[in-house]
Amino acid sequence: MSDLKQDTINYTVRLGDDALILGHRISEWVSNGPFLEEDIALGNVSLDFIGRARMFYTYAADLSGEGKTEDHFAYMRNEREFQNYLINELPRGDFAYTIARQLFVDTYNHYFLTALTKSSDENLAAIAAKAVKETKYHLRRSTDWTLRLGDGTEESHKRMQAGIDDVWGYTKELFEHDELEQRLIDAGIAVDATRFKDQWLADIAAVIKEATLEMPDGEWAVRGGREGYHTENLGHILTELQYLHRCYPNSEW
Amino acid sequence: MERIPTLSEEQYQHQLLRINSECEDLWSLLDNVKDPEIPVLSLWDMGILRDVQRQGEKVVVTITPTYSGCPAMDVMREDIELALQAEGIDQFQVVTKLAPAWTTDWMTEKGREQLRGYGIAPPDDAPDSANRETPADGVLCPHCKSDHTRRVSEFGSTACKALFQCDDCGEPFDYFKHI
Repeated sequence: MSDLKQDTINYTVRLGDDALILGHRISEWVSNGPFLEEDIALGNVSLDFIGRARMFYTYAADLSGEGKTEDHFAYMRNEREFQNYLINELPRGDFAYTIARQLFVDTYNHYFLTALTKSSDENLAAIAAKAVKETKYHLRRSTDWTLRLGDGTEESHKRMQAGIDDVWGYTKELFEHDELEQRLIDAGIAVDATRFKDQWLADIAAVIKEATLEMPDGEWAVRGGREGYHTENLGHILTELQYLHRCYPNSEW
Repeated sequence: MERIPTLSEEQYQHQLLRINSECEDLWSLLDNVKDPEIPVLSLWDMGILRDVQRQGEKVVVTITPTYSGCPAMDVMREDIELALQAEGIDQFQVVTKLAPAWTTDWMTEKGREQLRGYGIAPPDDAPDSANRETPADGVLCPHCKSDHTRRVSEFGSTACKALFQCDDCGEPFDYFKHI
């Protein structure tokens, strides 16, 4: 197998990991949403992410051959093998915390997926073309909620600010890449997120300002997801997510 | 004002593909496969069914999913397989084609009319149907045709729909999002 192909498999699995772990996190809101419509909205957003993960994993499985399927990547790997960005595995927190994460991630995905539609890998480009439409909806919703909570009551303002402050340091690694991704960027396959970092920051700053919130200060950053170094939260997610499949391998509905 | 249905170039080409196909029998057979969430609508009218071909003994069906996480897609795939098997076809393959991405523009005029009949407003019934954002109000109520309606939630009973309510007849209804 060529190095570039192996790199592409790894990269595709990473993108699948980001989508699966965040999708699972958001799904925890189902039946816990603040009201019925929002509960449904969160369920829908979660499904979009999980669907995205399935497309990435399926493509990675096709590339690897060896009889692998999407299930191998989702269910049969341990924490150290997952390479999602840490922001996706953070606990769901309160609703404001969830919205803060979504604002950062949805804005990021908007630029990331738009760029990925131009990938020289036509399958990645096709998945991105599908996902970017959904992200438009996600972003509108997380922006609306940030404004509503930030410019809402004293309590909602306080919580929204706390959410933004607490998640902020996890956004740093979204704009860093390792050698593997650099090789794929050079080959026109992967996205170079540093290119849209300024736009991302400007968008976030504009929403935060309109929501009467303060930009987080502090230079703290937590990183390690792409190397498989995780917070303790990932293990708990996998315990729940993989339990059934590992207890009853290959069972079908 | 009476609206005259027109076809986009893309739609026209897709219809030509079917008209010129050598296996119209298979296309007709698959007209019996419906969207499980909207059982009045065939996969063809949804624009999900992209191609049907006989390759030697094998039948190859190409579909494009609506939303990436839509649980109905798995059911549709199974229903296609069951429909083919029921006709005694046992060599087949259902291929998922992601690009170009599915758009509501691929729904047929008949499909849009069936949606209305089923109580779902199609994307065309938004006040500014060229705009792809879900409007805050003014989508025509599929029950009483009033435009005194408002958006209740951008996300409805399934990923593809938003929830509206009509202020004239009081009925809630789904709006099929324009993507």
